[in-house]
Amino acid sequence: MSDPIFSCPQNREEVINTYFMEHRAKLIDLAAYLDRLDRARPVGDDADFRDTAFRDAIAILTDGQSQRARRILDLLSDHSTAMPQSADGMKGALGAPHRVSTEGGAA
Amino acid sequence: MRYIDPHIHMVSRTTDDYQRMAQAGCVAVTEPAFWAGFDRSSAQGFFDYYRQLTEYEPKRAAQFGIRHFTWLCINPKEADDPGFAREVISIIPDFLERETVLGIGEIGLNKNTRNELIILEEQIALAEKYNQMVLVHTPHLEDKLKGTRLIMDAISASSIEPGRVLIDHVEEHTVGEVLDRGFWAGMTLYPDTKCTPERAADIIEMYGTERLWMNSAGDWGCSDPLAVPKARLEMARRGHSAETIDTVTFGNPQCFLSQCEKFRLED
Repeated sequence: MSDPIFSCPQNREEVINTYFMEHRAKLIDLAAYLDRLDRARPVGDDADFRDTAFRDAIAILTDGQSQRARRILDLLSDHSTAMPQSADGMKGALGAPHRVSTEGGAA
Repeated sequence: MRYIDPHIHMVSRTTDDYQRMAQAGCVAVTEPAFWAGFDRSSAQGFFDYYRQLTEYEPKRAAQFGIRHFTWLCINPKEADDPGFAREVISIIPDFLERETVLGIGEIGLNKNTRNELIILEEQIALAEKYNQMVLVHTPHLEDKLKGTRLIMDAISASSIEPGRVLIDHVEEHTVGEVLDRGFWAGMTLYPDTKCTPERAADIIEMYGTERLWMNSAGDWGCSDPLAVPKARLEMARRGHSAETIDTVTFGNPQCFLSQCEKFRLED
């Protein structure tokens, strides 16, 4: 693996000039999505596992550490070792691991 | 400018997509066998599909000066019924000698089940028996990390050299491990569920260009057959050299695919 530090051909000002407006829009989309969830009636008492994972992932954005994309993808991955015999009756991928409980580890 | 799209499902695309790809500089595509969006009801359906891939698509591509090559297999989504999968696998050897067949693909896992793994292992054995290269599909979203590791373990248990295997649909959390284990890695430029051109450029900046390519995986879903030239533009916008851009969109796929003597860009 090459050194990830300063491997982008652009300097920081150039990166901001190139990408700021696009990501400003994405940031506001993200905020509006969370506002939309606030306005929506809850279903049941339990938090949706996807929403929980999403909010955990948001915390990674501002933790000051690098490799954010890799760490978010890792957070959103199934780390279980169980292998079902068949996919019969299983749903398609939902984007976040469905944990049975907050204490029992991955399903 | 010329490029290769080494993973695209042209059977799902219209003829004017070939035209636009040629206009954008595409000189060759390779098309792995995949899930059609519905489960086929018989092995005969796959026989017809393999004929389409090996007889019809090369002619359609040639109208626009694009070379069309293919990979054959039963895809992981339809491989969860081992009996059915074995019936399909039994018809593959008759097609392997055809002049545009590069190997076995896209094999892999979908929901990381034992049945899928059994059929993956049997198709790896098929590749071993007929000395074929391998193109690998890795699972979607939350299943990708676990599935990629299971797939690499299964291939490593065979005699197939990792340098003859392309592990596709890598993202930031899988690319390092794939490259570290000696495999080639493919970044798929696909909306929402895989890489964007921007993230593909980021991965190149973090991991370099060795054994790395990009593809569109354009298919029947929302996807973009011009994703590779768009990624080239993204890299150029960011200041990457023409040599680097050419390496990941032409030189590297040419290098990997040329391990099969049937892959030729010229007559």
